[in-house]
Amino acid sequence: MSGSPASGASLPLPVPALSVRHLSVAYNDQPALWDVTWESPPSGLVAIVGPNGAGKSTLLKAVLGLVPRLSGEVRAFGRPIAEVRRRVGYLPQRASVDWDFPATALQVVAMGRYPRVGWIRPLPRAERERARAALAEVGMAAYADRQIGQLSGGQQQRVFLARALALEADLYLMDEPFAGVDAATERAIIEVLQRLAREGRTVIAVHHDLATAPQYFAHVLLLNVRAIAAGPMATTFTPENLARTYGGRLSLLEQAVAAALGGGVPVGGATPGGPERR
Amino acid sequence: MNGALLEALLFAGGYNAAVVALGCAAFGLAAGAVGCFVLLRGRALIADAAAHATLPGVAGAFILAAAMGWDARSLPLLLAGGAVTAGLAVLVVSALTRGGRLRDDAAMALVLSIGFGLGVVLVSVVQSLAVGGQAGLKSFILGQAAGMRASDAQLIGALAALSALLVAVLFKPLAALCFDRDFAAAVGLPVRTLDLGLLALMLAVTVTGLRAVGLVLVVALMVIPAATARLATERLEVMVPLAGALGAFAAWFGVALSAALPNLPTGATIALVACGVFALALAFAPRRGALAFAWRQARLSLAVARDHALRAALEQAEAAAAPGRGAPLTWAEIGRGAGWTAWQRAVLPRWMRASGLVAQDPRRGDGVTLTPAGLAAARELTRRHRLWEHYMQAAGGLAPAAAHRLADQVEHTLPPEVAREAEAWLSRHDPGRLRPDDVGLPRPGEAIPERRG
Amino acid sequence: MTEFLRLDLAALLAAVLACLACGLIGNLLLLTRQSLLGDAISHAVLPGIVLGFWASGSRAAPPLVAGAMAAAVTAALLIALVRRLTRLEPGAAMGVVFSGMFALGLVLIEVTGARAVDLDVDCVLYGQLEALIWPAAEGLGSLLDPAALAEFPAEVKTLAAILALTLGLLALLWKELRLVAFDPDFARTIGFAPRLVSVLVLVLVSAACVAAFWAVGSILVIAALVAPAAIARLLTNDYAAQFAISALAAVAMGGGGYWAAVLVPDALGLGHGLNAAGMMAVVAGLLLAGACLLGPFGPAGRARRRAAVAVGPVRVPAPAAE
Repeated sequence: MSGSPASGASLPLPVPALSVRHLSVAYNDQPALWDVTWESPPSGLVAIVGPNGAGKSTLLKAVLGLVPRLSGEVRAFGRPIAEVRRRVGYLPQRASVDWDFPATALQVVAMGRYPRVGWIRPLPRAERERARAALAEVGMAAYADRQIGQLSGGQQQRVFLARALALEADLYLMDEPFAGVDAATERAIIEVLQRLAREGRTVIAVHHDLATAPQYFAHVLLLNVRAIAAGPMATTFTPENLARTYGGRLSLLEQAVAAALGGGVPVGGATPGGPERR
Repeated sequence: MNGALLEALLFAGGYNAAVVALGCAAFGLAAGAVGCFVLLRGRALIADAAAHATLPGVAGAFILAAAMGWDARSLPLLLAGGAVTAGLAVLVVSALTRGGRLRDDAAMALVLSIGFGLGVVLVSVVQSLAVGGQAGLKSFILGQAAGMRASDAQLIGALAALSALLVAVLFKPLAALCFDRDFAAAVGLPVRTLDLGLLALMLAVTVTGLRAVGLVLVVALMVIPAATARLATERLEVMVPLAGALGAFAAWFGVALSAALPNLPTGATIALVACGVFALALAFAPRRGALAFAWRQARLSLAVARDHALRAALEQAEAAAAPGRGAPLTWAEIGRGAGWTAWQRAVLPRWMRASGLVAQDPRRGDGVTLTPAGLAAARELTRRHRLWEHYMQAAGGLAPAAAHRLADQVEHTLPPEVAREAEAWLSRHDPGRLRPDDVGLPRPGEAIPERRG
Repeated sequence: MTEFLRLDLAALLAAVLACLACGLIGNLLLLTRQSLLGDAISHAVLPGIVLGFWASGSRAAPPLVAGAMAAAVTAALLIALVRRLTRLEPGAAMGVVFSGMFALGLVLIEVTGARAVDLDVDCVLYGQLEALIWPAAEGLGSLLDPAALAEFPAEVKTLAAILALTLGLLALLWKELRLVAFDPDFARTIGFAPRLVSVLVLVLVSAACVAAFWAVGSILVIAALVAPAAIARLLTNDYAAQFAISALAAVAMGGGGYWAAVLVPDALGLGHGLNAAGMMAVVAGLLLAGACLLGPFGPAGRARRRAAVAVGPVRVPAPAAE
């Protein structure tokens, strides 16, 4: 890892930020994740890559306990995840909520401060200011009092990112943070993520764009119901591993990979993605 | 009571009672059959809103008839009034959601309650009119088969028979519409007309049921038999007649019951009979019933745990072949590694011993060793594991749908015959990939190594 | 005046309180797209009310509320079970469960003989506002007279208690309710149990349904649950204003409905009033139509905005680090 950890909160020991052992999840009797065993690096940016229905979102949700596990164990920072909840932050898919909801951008970001406030107590002014600062970090200070439905898709994604930042977590699980955003927002988000990595935090993100994955992320987990391969991007994100992940189904994909690996020329639109099932 | 019930069930209560029972049964048949399409098209609660919104129409028609000096108890007139406001209600629901501020759930709840409220106000107006027959209006709310005239029952039976006939004639296009509207449009079916036709059928069935079941519960006869049939079968050409039969049975039995016990409101009795059948299906349906579902879940969860145990024991056995490492795993160690729940910990050791896969290890008190059968099973599991992976990879040449289905059926849900087929396919196309010493793949259960470079 | 106090005050109060209690909690249903759950629960509590009534032999609140809550929770669980097993859309699963439970309630009224006392089918359908009278009233002074107040109909006191409970919980859990309504998954990951909060909302909805039952019956309660929130939704994009406007709409609906159904025909000297519960729904419908057509998001509002908008949406400022 390059750079020195800026924050004292980061761990000096090389404990994996997240480790899952023998994790299986099934919806009804359709397996969505099968016996996934994986350790993330202690810090840095990690992409989860795989085809539609590969269980990428399900992996994040199973880690967070949002879907029931059939089997398996999840640890964060070497401890059971329930004990370190405060250090884990979640950024859900943008499409998972109703953006017509009568709330302002600031009110949504302030939800990221709720764990510090606790039940029943109203949000103190200082916490509201922290939320405002988080909003400013993603370049959205001017939109604090806008109703969220009046924001563009990219702006909504920035609001979600600001809410995650407001949590001040050490491990972030992000479900498609780049889905459906404009180029400026994509740059803004990756800058925030890189800053988090420099501070010694871990970001594990479901990522659909094979062309940009090697540019943005240092590590990768290739997932297709089972863990296919994992490790540093340079050695893991190989055409063979991708073929094993995607079943060699897409020729477009190979072009995208070739382009990405050979000089990082992005092939626009070569995302075999789309919304995860369920 | 038994005598009276039997009499009613056998249509032995006289001509009038028999005609009423038959008319109601015909309504049940039509409601069940039409209900299947209403249900599959996601219109169940619009039907409920429309049914509640018939009240202002029925009461309005009554007031109109009284004002014009017509017979205010004329069933065709009252039903026509109900159909008009029910149709308006459907239009209002779509108008309310058009602005995007209100979702269809809110729009339906609003139309249902406000329509009914308007009806209640009009009924209170009717009560103050100086004409006879006001009390009859109440039978439109909760249904009352007793006192129905034979001519009314004949009208209901005729309307219901017509609706059922239309369902039979339009079966194929309606089925296409409900399965995939876009596809139906793409193959040139007039989907808008069909949707309107289904809506008209729904309204026809709704007003047909008003007199017998009442507007509050008419939706029960449209939804419950259809949902029951859905539990029992996966095929639409079975589901529709089955729902029709269940609806007819519920209506006929309910009418008979309410005739035998005069205090029971007819509509509620019919709905409860339908509900009873539904409850039976919910518990005992062969594939979708609660018992079958619980059994499948338990079996799957046990199979997953068993496979973990087999693989863990196999790995340990292979490792034990190396010098200096010998202790077999204990159940506690296996359970901890795989995150077993308490009941899995309790059931699995017994189950696996009983099925001859494992035996007590003599060297360590609670140690687990694989029997020859267990060893074979574990090897087979590992082989299938890899086979599946190869298949996934090579299946790129297959139709995407087939590859996807196989991807979901990971190794142990892969039926043996599919595994054999895949094996044959692979040995033809890629013989080199099936060698057991194949390297480069992570072994099952093994953590994928973080290669640092 | 004494006549108003004796015959109308209790009923008018009951109408307003019922609409307020239902209307406030209805916001949470509307914002989570669960208006139909209100529909389902209002029907499904009937067997619980009947059994509570039958077991206790009185209209006293606690057994009825307990019965209704048990029925509401049963209904919610059954709906989830039916959805899971039949894989039908939620609306259909609700339709199966609530129509079945409502039918059960109607049959129970006959079977338990509750009808013989004063719970009958008419009450289920229209409520019994006209039964809420205060014969002990002697004049304005009675409002301060403890002995006279003790004679005040218990239904109204129950309504007031449930409204107070609703207001209290809304105030205490203001931020939690908003969090869970907006993003339950996120709420769960930060340790705010969304299921607990949802169950609390369910309990409040069923309590409001029972309390409002005597005033408006079990079908028109849906109007009280959904209409005030829907009217507010058509007028504002602000969370706090949503609640404030829905409260105003609820008061207008309850008070206006009673006024139009009972007091107006009285004043006009007509011998026969109209049904007050139904009229409340009609007033709600008129308010809704007004909000739809004249509100900021309706045709009138759009025309006004078109005239006013000259500047396009502001562009996102580029991140500083570029």
